[in-house]
Amino acid sequence: MEALHDTRGDRALADDMAALDIMLRIRRLEEKITELRKGQFIQGSVHLCIGQEAIYAGSCQALSAHDAVFSTYRGHGWALARGVPAEGILAELLGRQTGICRGRGGSAMFSAADYGFYGENSIVGAGAPLACGAALAARLRGEQRIALAAFGDGAMNQGAIHEAMNFAAYLDLPVLFVCENNTYAELTPVADTVRDADLYKRAAAYGMPGERIDGNDPSAVRGCVAHHAARAREGRGPALIEMMTQRLVGHYYGDLQGYRPRGELAEARRREPIVRLEERLAAQGVAAETLAALEAAATAGIEEAASAALAAPPADAGTIKEHLYA
Amino acid sequence: MHEAGALTGTAPLSFGKAVNAALARALREMPDTILYGEDVGKPGGVFGVTKDLRQQAGEARVFDTPISETAMLGVAVGAAMSGLRPIVEIMWIDFSLVAMDQIVNQAANVRYVSAGKLRAPLTIRTQQGATPGSCAQHSQNLEALYAHIPGLRVGIPATAQDAYSMLLAAIRSDDPAMIIEHRAMYHGEPQSVELGGPIEEVGGAHVARAGRDLTIVAWGAMLFQALEAAALLAAEGIAAEVVNARWIAPFDWSTLLASVRRTGRLLVVHEANVTGGFGAEIAARVQAELFGHLHAPVQRLGVDDCRIPAAPHLQAALIPDAARIADAARRQVAECASTPSPRGKGSGR
Repeated sequence: MEALHDTRGDRALADDMAALDIMLRIRRLEEKITELRKGQFIQGSVHLCIGQEAIYAGSCQALSAHDAVFSTYRGHGWALARGVPAEGILAELLGRQTGICRGRGGSAMFSAADYGFYGENSIVGAGAPLACGAALAARLRGEQRIALAAFGDGAMNQGAIHEAMNFAAYLDLPVLFVCENNTYAELTPVADTVRDADLYKRAAAYGMPGERIDGNDPSAVRGCVAHHAARAREGRGPALIEMMTQRLVGHYYGDLQGYRPRGELAEARRREPIVRLEERLAAQGVAAETLAALEAAATAGIEEAASAALAAPPADAGTIKEHLYA
Repeated sequence: MHEAGALTGTAPLSFGKAVNAALARALREMPDTILYGEDVGKPGGVFGVTKDLRQQAGEARVFDTPISETAMLGVAVGAAMSGLRPIVEIMWIDFSLVAMDQIVNQAANVRYVSAGKLRAPLTIRTQQGATPGSCAQHSQNLEALYAHIPGLRVGIPATAQDAYSMLLAAIRSDDPAMIIEHRAMYHGEPQSVELGGPIEEVGGAHVARAGRDLTIVAWGAMLFQALEAAALLAAEGIAAEVVNARWIAPFDWSTLLASVRRTGRLLVVHEANVTGGFGAEIAARVQAELFGHLHAPVQRLGVDDCRIPAAPHLQAALIPDAARIADAARRQVAECASTPSPRGKGSGR
């Protein structure tokens, strides 16, 4: 019994270390993107996920390689957590030929289906019906894969989300609806535009399980997604998971966030997922040098990816009309 | 006894039964196809077009959906990205507007934005147009909205053969395609339809009637008004060539330009509103390409920019018919009858 407990403990520790690695790489990627955006190497709107990394790390740890993830425009973290190379992501944002979509998707709309990342979506809530379609295809083709639709708290008020949830529920589709609740629908607190801000409760109306969890704890996320993913794979239908988090940056690059109450960000920084996980790991006996080495490796990896992306040629304008039709 | 169930050969089928035969064939021959929509499964469709298909292909592949156009079309995009070839019925094209995001922002972008790594081979079957008493939200002709969107294919069948062949072409195409039918034609007289045979590619117009004096191009139900007008004109010695455009996107420019090169005159007829209708695109292109060959400016005939009222006589006052088409054709032929014809100088034909 003791040995079993130890094995479980080792497994949990290894999972947490792996989660930290993913979260650190996402954080460094987003910081590098900020730097490149500031320097005008990247242009246009950029939506960063700094502060929400535990959702992507924990969820993707619980998924299989062939599962299909549909994210929002705040999707760099999902992509990296699915295994999309940072170089391909950065090159995409930089409009390079080596970009994962050759500069056609940009920051807010790239996809990398080879990695089970079916793409960002710049229309709030629109990805959820697509995820239902992937789940339907999986079931009809006899595949074990499930689909995960990620969207924000604001999307919970879109018709597409309602339609998708009912569609998934009546067909028992293997879909997980993940609501990344960072409490802001773009610049407006979600609580200001709903009567009941316990969004997970809406699941009951569709006859599916709904849960609210701490989205800043990768192990809570991992456990919850694993549970509902297993359920979905067994043919028991969809679930809604509301993951509570805070973004530590603006809705978009350049958002001055004057709408956030004084002290909210400082408080959020104290409860942010990387700091929390590092403190927990240290308390469990992980050496400071080990954590520092993980951080250094993440930084070096992203720096290397950025150098390679910057060195790549611009996307070929001669191919601009390619891929419109089969 | 040739009915919709016939697999090959020629059968007398109504437009609606030809659609049913195409769907049955697709479900039989393409295992990646699924068919769904509001009432298409058990009830067999509000117009009866999908009758018996659920029994033939099974309830996993042919099913009824909630009244959720956004989910229906979004599911089709996601399923198409994941290896299926969904066929979705949107009962009235007016209803596509509540889900336009899934058509324009989602389906049309899949292939391009992913640089060809993803595709969305879905088919939207819908129907449009006014019929006596249809309200303003059940009578619009919206093909130009979708033809405006790169990445989409838009076909408007007029004959039962087109209903069969074009639908199969759309289903087999690896691009998102919209087939816009006309409910007034579903239960018309049976026409001879060639079943089986190779599935054609998307695109391609047909010359429905040959003539030398002017070209009339039309699509969908308007084709028959144009043909009727051509018969009236023939009695007066005006030989109108009638082109059945069939596909609006891709539009078969070479067939139309060749016709107008021969006739020197073009009248575009559609049931849609004139302003911004697809006829505007045709007029602009033809005048740019064939300026020197034209004896008269290209003319457009459509609804004179109006909402569609429900009362049948009010509808009739707005929608082009054979008499109005013939009038427009006569004016066009008369207007520049004295213009020297390039044909006369031996440069036509």
